[in-house]
Amino acid sequence: MTAPALHTRNLVKTFGGFTATDDVSLTLAPGARHALIGPNGAGKTTLVNLLTGVLAPTAGAVFLAGEDVTGLGQHRRVRRGLARTFQINRLFADLTVLESVALAVGERRGVGWRVWSPVGAQGEVLDEAARLIETLRLADVAHRRTRDLAYGRQRLIEIALALAVRPRVLLLDEPAAGVPTRESRALFETLAELPRDMTILLIEHDMDLVFRFAERISVLVSGAVLLEDTPDVVATHPLVREVYLGEATHHA
Amino acid sequence: MDSRSPDSLSPGPDAAAATPAPATVDLAPLRRAARPRWPELAVWLLPVAAWFLLPEDLALLTQIAIMAIFALSLDLVLGYAGIVTLGHAAFFGVGAYAAGLLAAKLGIGDPLLGLLFAAAVAALAGLVTAPTVLRGTGLTRLMVTIGIGMMLFEAANKATDLTGGVDGLQGIEMTPILGLWSFDLWGKTAYVYAVVVLLVLFLIARRIVHSPFGLSLRALHMNPARMPALGVSVDARLAAAWVLGATYAGIAGALLTQTTQFVSIDVLGFERSAEILLILVLGGAGRLYGALIGTIVFVTLHHVLAGIDPEYWQMWIGLVLIGIVLFARNGIMGAIDPFERLLARKKTEP
Amino acid sequence: MTVVFDGIASGMLLFLIAVGLSVTLGLMNFVNLAHGVFAMLGGYVCVVATGRYGVPFLLAVPLAALAAAAAGAVLERTLFRRLYGATQLDQVLFTIGVVFVAMAAARWGFGPQQQPIRLPSWLQGQVTIAGVDIGLYRAFLVVLGLLVAFGLHRTIGVTRFGARLRAAVDKPAVARGMGIDVDRVFVITFAIGSGLAGLGGAVGVELLGLDPSFPLRYLVYFLIVVAVGGSGSIGGSLLAAVLIGVCDVAGKYWVPQVGAFIIYTVMVVMLIVRPQGLFGTR
Ligand SMILES: Nc1ncnc2c1ncn2[C@@H]1O[C@H](COP(=O)(O)OP(=O)(O)OP(=O)(O)O)[C@@H](O)[C@H]1O
Ligand SMILES: [Mg+2]
Repeated sequence: MTAPALHTRNLVKTFGGFTATDDVSLTLAPGARHALIGPNGAGKTTLVNLLTGVLAPTAGAVFLAGEDVTGLGQHRRVRRGLARTFQINRLFADLTVLESVALAVGERRGVGWRVWSPVGAQGEVLDEAARLIETLRLADVAHRRTRDLAYGRQRLIEIALALAVRPRVLLLDEPAAGVPTRESRALFETLAELPRDMTILLIEHDMDLVFRFAERISVLVSGAVLLEDTPDVVATHPLVREVYLGEATHHA
Repeated sequence: MDSRSPDSLSPGPDAAAATPAPATVDLAPLRRAARPRWPELAVWLLPVAAWFLLPEDLALLTQIAIMAIFALSLDLVLGYAGIVTLGHAAFFGVGAYAAGLLAAKLGIGDPLLGLLFAAAVAALAGLVTAPTVLRGTGLTRLMVTIGIGMMLFEAANKATDLTGGVDGLQGIEMTPILGLWSFDLWGKTAYVYAVVVLLVLFLIARRIVHSPFGLSLRALHMNPARMPALGVSVDARLAAAWVLGATYAGIAGALLTQTTQFVSIDVLGFERSAEILLILVLGGAGRLYGALIGTIVFVTLHHVLAGIDPEYWQMWIGLVLIGIVLFARNGIMGAIDPFERLLARKKTEP
Repeated sequence: MTVVFDGIASGMLLFLIAVGLSVTLGLMNFVNLAHGVFAMLGGYVCVVATGRYGVPFLLAVPLAALAAAAAGAVLERTLFRRLYGATQLDQVLFTIGVVFVAMAAARWGFGPQQQPIRLPSWLQGQVTIAGVDIGLYRAFLVVLGLLVAFGLHRTIGVTRFGARLRAAVDKPAVARGMGIDVDRVFVITFAIGSGLAGLGGAVGVELLGLDPSFPLRYLVYFLIVVAVGGSGSIGGSLLAAVLIGVCDVAGKYWVPQVGAFIIYTVMVVMLIVRPQGLFGTR
């Protein structure tokens, strides 16, 4: 039996007296297309922060490919193939798109400590970065500074940076947030084309997108997993309708 | 965000068909980025011109070269890595005393050996202080840098047997550089020596900032929270930049010792840390030439204004600092920036 | 014992001057390296008032505090408030600029020399209580320090102003929504902090001296108080200031060959071990 790509055991996170993550045990099989939904403030981003090591859990453990990584820092988990995007862009405002992606690719390839040869001489890194940029249809702005781009295109850089890590597990925290509808379709086309052996956890408020993308869905309410099942079951589940779908219209 | 820019159009396939946007990435501009450009050559003709035009002022020009190295060192730490420090004179002073003690107490007067020794000691000081400084953030970090600077100042102040305390360290004799060029009364050798060291260190720094390591420093200055998500250990990068900056500062301090054959306790003073900060932001932090231009402008101004009324020099420094923060956040180089970007755009967008 | 008492007295002085910094730095998150300028201003006002115009000491001291408070309020209104949201580097550069300008102004107005102050006769001399020689002037400092600490504790801890300040700092938007005039709260806080610094500067001329380099010379001491006391904590500032005063005086007295080195080391070690300060909770 192969270990799950990512799983958690009884994960708890409290802020002061407030429980943001409540005993979450989540399992992502290798190659899973898993969605995490829940109303605003349900604790979705907090969970991602616990999975990636931005936050330390109050209790419980996180496992990557069966290995306990609870004590590992963020960058160590990334090196083990766990990447994420941020709900709110965290980009390098004054770097060009090419520089940003080359940085991320270079770091994965371990050239980040090279001090003597210029970035422009890292042939393989640049080629890989160029290909990634082309895949995300950013080629026309490759030499523009991030801050000069529209938000929708910046969102694509956010994804490019995560993909540059060549993750085995990818956590997408509302990748389409702030992207105009037309562009978000294109974005999801790109996501749908990602290799099948990549395990993906998607957080998204737009139910259409979720149901088209996900094969399993977990519903998070007040920090706890309310239920986990296939999209068909979740869509028709009375509890879900009550706590979530009523609200979802506000986000769509 | 500029919504009128054509980039805000959908990147979807239909849009790609409508606009003839390139589907492939042209890597040439980035490949060219690290090549020297002609304005740089012009800058480096300045010290040559100064040699002929200002032969009376070689001592001052030597000071400029030394301060430029010191500014360069702070640029690596603050301008690139983004570590705000008010204790950078600590490393300048460590280098100055290291070179001075080597010559005065151990009788080793070889200048290049002195530079190497000072660089090594300063690097060690950087290595020792790095964990302490990088542990905290924000205000805590700033105060640690001040504290370390003050500790060293007091240590040098009290260890009079070794450092001469407030009287300064004397009895520094230099042998000829490489056994060929001895320091002369007119300061010709000292000037050439300082400028050559500056050039070498500048070229090294230039290579470093254009390298992947340099790119990672710039990136982590812009967004430190993103770097771990790319698998980068931020602390290790910052520590490397800190040690590098310390080494450069130590070499600058050693040069001052060797060219003046004296170490004053001022080398460790808080004022020196504040002054170099001013020089860097005046020129423009985060650009190597900002350090050079800032130094040239500052030392020249100092010379001219202090010649008129030395009493109020401090007033000018203060006013310039306030003015920079309020009106010219990117210093002198910042004024050149928009033009540069325009040129760069023209090149990449035919 | 006399050494310890002297240390406590200079600690009280340090507290008076630094407590305002603890508030702006700790609560308002504003790195004000120019704080010592207000203490220097208080010192000069006191020296000029008593020396040149023959104003009695006890009247000159509150005058000095008022002058510093007014200067603080004006600077806050015109300049400092622009920097509340700015980066730390900007705050550092700007306030150092203010320090340099103030130092030059002081040199222009009063020359580079130390300023003499004549204490009233009732503050001179000393008494011996239980075998400990106690200088009257130093006893005066201790009493004044305790009074101010108590008064501040009442104001910030108990009154509505204190609650408003904390609200304005923590959630300015919410505070505004609740009808709190955030700008006014800030300016008053700043004025009080500067005024206390002016008070400390005025009564401290005898002990700390007064010349144009004052704001820079003692800057680190003020910062240490904040660092050790935990920013924004009044009790913490008091204890830290006294601790530092005693360490400093005792250190210089018993181990003069080490001197101020101890203080800086204490600060750095403190910052590493407890970045939130000895008594801070954050
Ligand atoms: N660092 C923190 N300190 C205190 N409370 C926090 C912290 N981070 C998150 N919270 C709280 O935890 C709860 C969950 O927040 P989280 O951002 O995880 O929600 P979310 O499900 O991602 O919401 P959204 O859909 O709006 O992105 C919220 O009530 C939030 O206020
Ligand atoms: Mg969220």
